Amino acid sequence: MDHKEDSVLEELAERLSPLEQKVIPHLKLDIDKIVAKSGLDTTSVLRALRFLENKGILRLNIKKVKIIDLGINGIYYKKNHLPERRLLLTLESNNYLPLQKAQEASGLSENEFKVSLGVLKSKAFVSLINGKLSLTATKEDLVKKSLEEQLLEALPIEYDKLAPEQLFALDNLKKRKEIIVIEERSETGFELTELGKKIAGKEIKTDYIEEVTPEVIRDWSRGKKFRKYDIQAQVPRVYGGRKHFVNQAIDHGRKIWLEMGFKEMTGTKAVTSFWNFDALFTAQDHPVREMHDTFFVKNIKGKLPDKEIVKRVKESHEQGVGGSKGWGYLWNEETAKRVLIRTHTTALSSQTLAKLKKKDLPAKYFAIGKCFRNETVDWKHGFEFNQTEGIVIDPEANLSNLLGYLSEFSKKMGFDKIRFQPSFFPYTEPSVEGLVWNEGKKEWIEVFAAGIFRPEVTIPLLGEPIPVLAWGPGFDRLMMMAYEIKDLRELYSNDLKKLRDIPLWNK
Amino acid sequence: MATVKISKKLIAQCVKLTPDLAERISLMGIPVESENAEEIEIEVLPNRPDVLSIQGFLRVLKAYSGKEPGLKKYKVNAPEKNYKVKVDSSLKDIRPYTCCAIVKNLKFDDSKIKEIIDLQEKLHTTLGRNRKKLAIGIYPLEKITLPIRFEARKPQDIKFRPLEMDRDLTGLEILQKHPAGRTYSDLMKNLDRYPVFVDAMGKILSMPPIINSHETGKITPETREVFIECSGSNLESLKKTLNIIVTTLADMGGKIFSMEVDYGKKEIMPDLSPDKMKLSIDNVNALLGLKLKEGDLQKLLPKVGYDYSKGKVSIPAWRTDILHEVDIIEDVAIAYGYDKFEYTIPKVATIAEESPMTKIQSKISQALAGLGLLEISTYHLIKEEECVKAKLKDEQKIELENSKTEYKLLRPNLTLPALRILSENKDNEYPHKIFEIGTVFSLDRNQNSETGIREMESLVIACSPSNFTELKQILDYLTRAFALNYELREVKKEGFIEGRTGSIFTDKRECGFIGEAHPDMLKQWGIKMPVCMIEISIGEMFKA
Repeated sequence: MDHKEDSVLEELAERLSPLEQKVIPHLKLDIDKIVAKSGLDTTSVLRALRFLENKGILRLNIKKVKIIDLGINGIYYKKNHLPERRLLLTLESNNYLPLQKAQEASGLSENEFKVSLGVLKSKAFVSLINGKLSLTATKEDLVKKSLEEQLLEALPIEYDKLAPEQLFALDNLKKRKEIIVIEERSETGFELTELGKKIAGKEIKTDYIEEVTPEVIRDWSRGKKFRKYDIQAQVPRVYGGRKHFVNQAIDHGRKIWLEMGFKEMTGTKAVTSFWNFDALFTAQDHPVREMHDTFFVKNIKGKLPDKEIVKRVKESHEQGVGGSKGWGYLWNEETAKRVLIRTHTTALSSQTLAKLKKKDLPAKYFAIGKCFRNETVDWKHGFEFNQTEGIVIDPEANLSNLLGYLSEFSKKMGFDKIRFQPSFFPYTEPSVEGLVWNEGKKEWIEVFAAGIFRPEVTIPLLGEPIPVLAWGPGFDRLMMMAYEIKDLRELYSNDLKKLRDIPLWNK
Repeated sequence: MATVKISKKLIAQCVKLTPDLAERISLMGIPVESENAEEIEIEVLPNRPDVLSIQGFLRVLKAYSGKEPGLKKYKVNAPEKNYKVKVDSSLKDIRPYTCCAIVKNLKFDDSKIKEIIDLQEKLHTTLGRNRKKLAIGIYPLEKITLPIRFEARKPQDIKFRPLEMDRDLTGLEILQKHPAGRTYSDLMKNLDRYPVFVDAMGKILSMPPIINSHETGKITPETREVFIECSGSNLESLKKTLNIIVTTLADMGGKIFSMEVDYGKKEIMPDLSPDKMKLSIDNVNALLGLKLKEGDLQKLLPKVGYDYSKGKVSIPAWRTDILHEVDIIEDVAIAYGYDKFEYTIPKVATIAEESPMTKIQSKISQALAGLGLLEISTYHLIKEEECVKAKLKDEQKIELENSKTEYKLLRPNLTLPALRILSENKDNEYPHKIFEIGTVFSLDRNQNSETGIREMESLVIACSPSNFTELKQILDYLTRAFALNYELREVKKEGFIEGRTGSIFTDKRECGFIGEAHPDMLKQWGIKMPVCMIEISIGEMFKA
């Protein structure tokens, strides 16, 4: 051994952790044997090997293997036939069954039956004649096992070893519920480097200090040396407790309103139609008031507020107030009593206005929270969403102020470039849409809905046509933009891994 | 959302096609949905059904660009012989009104016919509230004999060949067999007689709001003259709708002829004379924050299609959205340009204030995050099957009508959603230590609320794997942090282990529970690890 090599090894010894020291004598073996000989568990051995890799002693090769195996339903079907086979068997003994009968006779669930029907139709094994299911498959067809059945029998199997027809069958089965599971396993091996070959098998004993303990401190004397750590080495992850990222963003929104001098409104999520719609001059036959848009609560009828306000709202709808023509229909009290879960935070604004006293003016309020729409769930829709809204009640307020507030609010949210265009909401006039510039996407994005409440709203609630500026950003959209989330559902999926890992709201 | 596609060639006849064309159109109050090299697709906001056609859009564009400013005038010719429609009194409680007109000199081709049908359908879905409020019929005049009767008949006495059918059907058969009949049959529910238009020869023209006759109600490229009717219950809307259609046809080159409609009162229709409304320049300036002068209004209002003279505005007879002066003021703002406004913030002092509940909630979540707990945020709605898993009693269930998803009830507590989240996260690294703060719902038996529903802010903490001690430590920590005392009393609770579950009391008020979940319940949820939970009413415990 020449001098140079000597010093390399010495340098190395100075950095070997106790784990590595235990592993080195057995490095000529494979991993299972190292575990057995060293007395360490597999995880520790793997860690030691990773450390040694960082020191240039060996190269790990980790092979990912995809294993295809039976899912819960797969196990069941393997034992009791795939649903399409069961349907075939049923038809074989009893052809020309009406759909309902065929399902009952085959003992399949509605979903299984649908899937089976699709599968068999696509193979032209059955056809539907006058609402009756008839078998069109030949005897040979029936005897032959389908590709899917063959695959189920071959499992578990490595993905890379699948034959083309097995891949095809896999694609079909993957679409169905829990027939197949795909697991990823990794297999680790290693090979020694030149340096490694020299060191492997040696017993390396050092007297470097490993840990600073109270004894080490008490007995400290010069000349002792510490083992050097590999400070580049990966450490296990820790997770902190924290607020849900959507609520972090909401806190930020709340802070902006407070900085701008607004007072927080709170109120119930269940409200009467009166506050959510009628007080906001939304005609009772407006489509938004139908069940397929709004969540009404079953079997509950609400109460209306103060008679005077109800009378004024009724008048506003029927013949109009303050020079308005109104909607010209007969306003129905019972319709206004229907209870719903709020479709917008404006339901809080209407209640706030009704309570306001003249001496409190000018006043600024905001609300922030969940709202609801009867929607199906997909990547851009959900039945719950967060909304925030501010109102300014100020006898002197005007459109130019509204745009001023909006551009200030938008700056505080981190959007310096904003433009406005006309829009429409049933309860504001003029109405404004605020668009902000998304530098990443190079496009304008609709973010703010805004306007000045119509006199048909303010006269019944405030007693006179005092301008009320109102605006709010769609919060979920802003969050999706900031976190580059493409699917709305991710905001509310509560995947703990995501909640632990997603960066803090940083605005 | 209703949209209309407009060829850029047509637009180029009015304005230059600059790169910011879409933005400029948006500034007219007509948002642009999409754009390509040939055409622009506009989104028509619900307040502007008069823009639901290419002609309607071009009318706005021509005024705005200065090519044809001011109120557009249309000539309405007097009724000719027999241009009459009689509304029978039998329709009084069924469909009391119709507004009718005739348009001649038309030249249709397939694309024009499609445009007209599109407009008709878009008006049906928007202004017509899916034909509930009104329905429109357009008929080739050469196939029918005037005058027309509008009357109610028993369904079995109605028999004609509806559009797209090869044989005659009765009123009832139409509802059962015709696609349009099936789609709109709900609108005829509870009616013992259906409305029909009948011509002078006794031929049925249509059964509104369902379907026209194949023989007398189908426009073809040969059609030169049409009879138009709008029927429904709101006379005002019907008039406006008729105006939208006849002006669109006039913009296609048609000549409008009026008819005499007798619904107990005789009236000549259509009436295209403008509505008048006063406009105060002071109100304009006050609402918009501008300093416009009389001369400015004279320039701005014609840009958005009005005539203006000395404080009086003439409003197009096809505008449905002008209820109040503010509606005109918005159009003044549009004419002025939303992009030209100054941004100002008045110097008014107001005092900001966070709600007490928000304050306490953020302190609680801060404390719990400090303990390493992760906040979740779940839906306020729960699934029916979850009520079974949680063994909810009927009086705990508050159901919603016709939910489109499997989430159908309001949550009675946060324990239930927390268990859902634990079960959904089986494959994520343990331990799971989560909390949520949110609203829970119960029936308000004392009827103190307007809604009959009581809402409370609640806090749930769930840890898994965990044990009673760990959760009690958390409860200790939390109460100490807020300088509160508490006391536990053993309690039996569905889904939790007896002897390991207690009610939490502060100042003798019961404000929640702590307990170890029973394996029976965990199995129901498919949870494999032990779970301990706390749920507390924030209002009760923290007196917020």
